Amino acid sequence: MNQTQHKSRSQLEQVLTSGHFALTGELGPPKSCDRAHVEKKAGYLNNSVDAANITDNQTAIVRMSSFAASLIALSSGVEPVMQITTRDRNRLAIQSDVIGASTLGIKNMLCLSGDHHSFGNHPQSKIVHDVDSVQLITMLKRMRDEGVFECGEEIRNGRKSEPAPPKIFIGAAANPFADPLDFRVIRLAKKIQAGADFIQTQVIYDMQRFREWMQSLRDKGLHEKAYILAGITPLKSARMAQYMKENVSGISIPEETLQRLSGAGDQRAEGIRIAVEQMQELKEMEGVSGIHLMAIGAEKSVPGIAEEAGLLPRPSLTEEVSG
Amino acid sequence: MIVAEQKPFQEIYESVREHQNLLILGCGTCVTVCMAGGEREVGILANQIRLAAKEENRKMEVLEHTITRQCDEEFFDSTVSSSIREADAVLSLGCGVGVQHIVELFDEVPIHPGLNTQFFGANLQQGLWGERCAGCGECVLDTYEGICPVARCSKSMMNGPCGGSSNGMCEVDPENTPCAWQLIIDRMTKLNKLDKLMENQPPKNWSRDRHGGPRRTQREDMTL
Repeated sequence: MNQTQHKSRSQLEQVLTSGHFALTGELGPPKSCDRAHVEKKAGYLNNSVDAANITDNQTAIVRMSSFAASLIALSSGVEPVMQITTRDRNRLAIQSDVIGASTLGIKNMLCLSGDHHSFGNHPQSKIVHDVDSVQLITMLKRMRDEGVFECGEEIRNGRKSEPAPPKIFIGAAANPFADPLDFRVIRLAKKIQAGADFIQTQVIYDMQRFREWMQSLRDKGLHEKAYILAGITPLKSARMAQYMKENVSGISIPEETLQRLSGAGDQRAEGIRIAVEQMQELKEMEGVSGIHLMAIGAEKSVPGIAEEAGLLPRPSLTEEVSG
Repeated sequence: MIVAEQKPFQEIYESVREHQNLLILGCGTCVTVCMAGGEREVGILANQIRLAAKEENRKMEVLEHTITRQCDEEFFDSTVSSSIREADAVLSLGCGVGVQHIVELFDEVPIHPGLNTQFFGANLQQGLWGERCAGCGECVLDTYEGICPVARCSKSMMNGPCGGSSNGMCEVDPENTPCAWQLIIDRMTKLNKLDKLMENQPPKNWSRDRHGGPRRTQREDMTL
């Protein structure tokens, strides 16, 4: 991975390229025009994470757009990772958002297919999926590196104008626990081949399975082609864990974790303790370049968890790259 | 074939109850095979409508007729053509194509649809049909060894699977719908062609689908 030429000059990119262990958070936009809600969450994440994912109509429920909430985060001192799903917008809409967002200072973008709309609050809507998540990565990479839109036209106003392509640090998601298990590393390789610079994984509870997944990823050298950020969400209670185990596809929670939680006096604190232990192990794991801490609805707890895991203070890199 | 199902009876009856002389026209091809709009269904529906009309003391003459294909002019012989013209309205048990074709042939007669047309599908077992083709206009079955991600993946992913594949099933309908990508991977594995999936497929040209506007096909060699 190139240490000197930055693709976006985002804080996240600089943290990773300079060899620091990264920490990203997550910020879910509100279901209203409540700007203060975003600012409040950003306040918890500011200085605790290198960047925060701003979700795009997460769980297919209408919320403030990822683009708008990313701008609010940015003005509140939190670097956004603007999530883009292929569920709601076609290639025209996505590309216009990408050049708009890049123009306004959004530097990290994460490519997703998005939760199916049948799970959300507008199940009768028309689904888009004009492109899929892998094609979205390729589209963004070509926009950045070749300066062309998906159709091949150059990203500039006219023949006499200078090309003005977006500068993006491109992210993608990977799920080490979803079926078909054997294909998951191949699919990750496809995303990296398409142009993903960094990967955030689905939430990890089954460390054994994750260790195996990292091993097969290292066997293919994939950890040297993209930065892998391991997904962590503290479990709030044994009941929540049981529910997730039974109802959410692509989530694997070991029996041992369930027992540890249900046996604890303060289950919430135990959930955080488990997450911190995981983060400490992941920090030492070969090929893991950072943690993606998803504490949706619990952004307040992020600084404490980051502190306990020994991930604070976050590196300040503006000096290093000013030249 | 085109798979369809009958609209709820109440909806059908509401649309036709004002007519005194109704012709129910069945179709002998796809919708007969999927048991939604053939001769048998025409007979059953005609009796239901007659009973419902009688219950509210309405005078209603209900005629029944089924032709081989509503989407082809040659099957509208003089007998059925005069029945259509003499009726106050026609309740078509053809698919959406059949309904509109009758409108094009008999523009003076009101036509009501009796079916909800659903998809291009196959008969999977007795009484069960499943979607297999989305009519996208540019077939990708060769790329995916005969399993269509456009029609069978809930997100029409060309480079799947997404994270919603669980135990071989799609999270959108885990009881009934297999994950198309699990099927594709299984088949590629069986044929020893899994390497084929390493290649990233580019965005699809949807202009051949109906996203390019309503489509028509003209065969120069067949045109008179």
